[in-house]
Amino acid sequence: MEHTELLIDYSRAQFALTALYHWIFVPLTLGLTFIIAIMETIYVKTLDKKWKQITKYWMGLLAINFAIGLATGIIMEFEFGTNWSNYSWIVGDIFGAPLAIEGLMAFFMESTFFAVMFFGWDKVSKQAHLTSTWLVAIGSNLSALWILIANGWMQHPVGMQFNPDSARNEMENFLEVIFNPNAVSKFLHTISSGYVLASLFVISISAWYLLKKRNVAFAKKSIVVAASFGLITSILMLTTGDESAHQVALNQPMKLAAMEGLYKGEDRAGIVAFGLLESEKEIGDEKEPFKFMFEIPGALSFLGYHDINAFVPGIDDLVYGNKEHNLLSVREKMLIGKQAVQALSDYKKYKKQNNTLAMNEALKTFRATSHFMGYGYLKKPEDAVPDVALTFYSFHIMVAAGSWFLVLFILVLYFSMKNELTQKKWLLRLGLVTLPLGYIAQECGWIVAEVGRQPWAIQDLLPVGMATSNVASTSVMITFWLFAILFTALLIAEVKIMLKQISIGPEGH
Amino acid sequence: MQSLRWIYSLYYDGFVNMKVGKTLWLLIALKLFIMFAIIKWLFFPNIMQENFHTDQERSNYILQQLTKEK
Repeated sequence: MEHTELLIDYSRAQFALTALYHWIFVPLTLGLTFIIAIMETIYVKTLDKKWKQITKYWMGLLAINFAIGLATGIIMEFEFGTNWSNYSWIVGDIFGAPLAIEGLMAFFMESTFFAVMFFGWDKVSKQAHLTSTWLVAIGSNLSALWILIANGWMQHPVGMQFNPDSARNEMENFLEVIFNPNAVSKFLHTISSGYVLASLFVISISAWYLLKKRNVAFAKKSIVVAASFGLITSILMLTTGDESAHQVALNQPMKLAAMEGLYKGEDRAGIVAFGLLESEKEIGDEKEPFKFMFEIPGALSFLGYHDINAFVPGIDDLVYGNKEHNLLSVREKMLIGKQAVQALSDYKKYKKQNNTLAMNEALKTFRATSHFMGYGYLKKPEDAVPDVALTFYSFHIMVAAGSWFLVLFILVLYFSMKNELTQKKWLLRLGLVTLPLGYIAQECGWIVAEVGRQPWAIQDLLPVGMATSNVASTSVMITFWLFAILFTALLIAEVKIMLKQISIGPEGH
Repeated sequence: MQSLRWIYSLYYDGFVNMKVGKTLWLLIALKLFIMFAIIKWLFFPNIMQENFHTDQERSNYILQQLTKEK
């Protein structure tokens, strides 16, 4: 069997499908656990029974989300073993260690205290129950930490060395892997976006109650907590987003160029506030990349390099090179990558011949060239460019939505403080309809992160075409559709059960 | 012994007094059955475990994949 384009495409599509569905459930859990912990803290401080009722109601909705989302991530582990077996072997302990820690520490902590949180209301003291609730929140977020460390490593591989005998990456510096700047910024940006989504969730449902004039006191209290939490975490999300973009500029400049549809690099590069890409545009041609656009001058240079005058390389500079700015072309990197592949092949050959001297020489060449090894597998320079339109639009939808969420939280909080929220029907309606936008922004964020780094499974080291297994593409196609049906059924179940519980309201709990 | 009894009663009472939770547990059980007993078993073998017996064989296979002429 050969690695056909169809196999690679379906393996990627299947992973994308499962990851995107999984990500419908996760961010709400990350944020709602903290909102519930805050609500319960108010209850324990004030001993006001209404806060207990509020806490228990949102806990019920959390349980539904948690139960439906539970184990949807395991599917990705199946896929690693079957569709991505080359990748799984090559990443070795680097990927295995954080995931194992996640399983042992965070998941165990989360699961243990979940039982006390749900079943322990009358079994443990108020303080012990509150501690459990906080530990569930911290545990959920720790789970995300280890997963995102693994993901951050794929985007910016550090702290390891490839072993040419075992064909695996071996960890050399655990701290370097954990404190990988890409992983740290990714973790903070991802969890803060989860907090924002959970705030939107609480605001949306509470706004519905207020529009229906049901459970008014309950909804008003919930909204104040959610809007305050949302406002603070929105600021965190925007700040960490800035750091994420800075890391992308340093380590994945092609992704940054694709995020902005920037083909020709420039000093004082601007951010496209809104624009429509020219679909006829090809890499290296002289066509304008946009049909129309409005740009904020210097903003991309500042976002990427924290310097308004900095040069930001465009797609053409990165593909064809730019001598003035010391940028190698992809063709030059492909030559270096091919040297690495050849050196690895020579090492293998000389090892068989027990020729230690030649082995060492081959290893030396491999070490000097392996940082571009992945380029050795590309067929043409243009293969190093991700899908520009998908990356560009996803990025801009995410940023626009994130900015709107901040405005929404400010407005909701302002009118809540003035006790005028119930009269502002337009704002309540906006609060209600913003929730789907929150989910769209979440998914767009992952599309930017993962589509934007194509063609790499591991940045610069392993393209997706080399990471897939030798399996029949029909098998991957069948499971793709199986998952599409299974996950859609789960999503329908979640929405149905959730809507039923919302319509019953807190009085039914 | 006392703490074991407490843990048992925590879970027992919790499950008995569930309302929506029963539907959710049913859903979880069904989902895990589909995932592990059907999907994993039928469609997701661990390729490296099934096709090779030792780590040496696995390494050799990957090295061959990484260095073969395209």
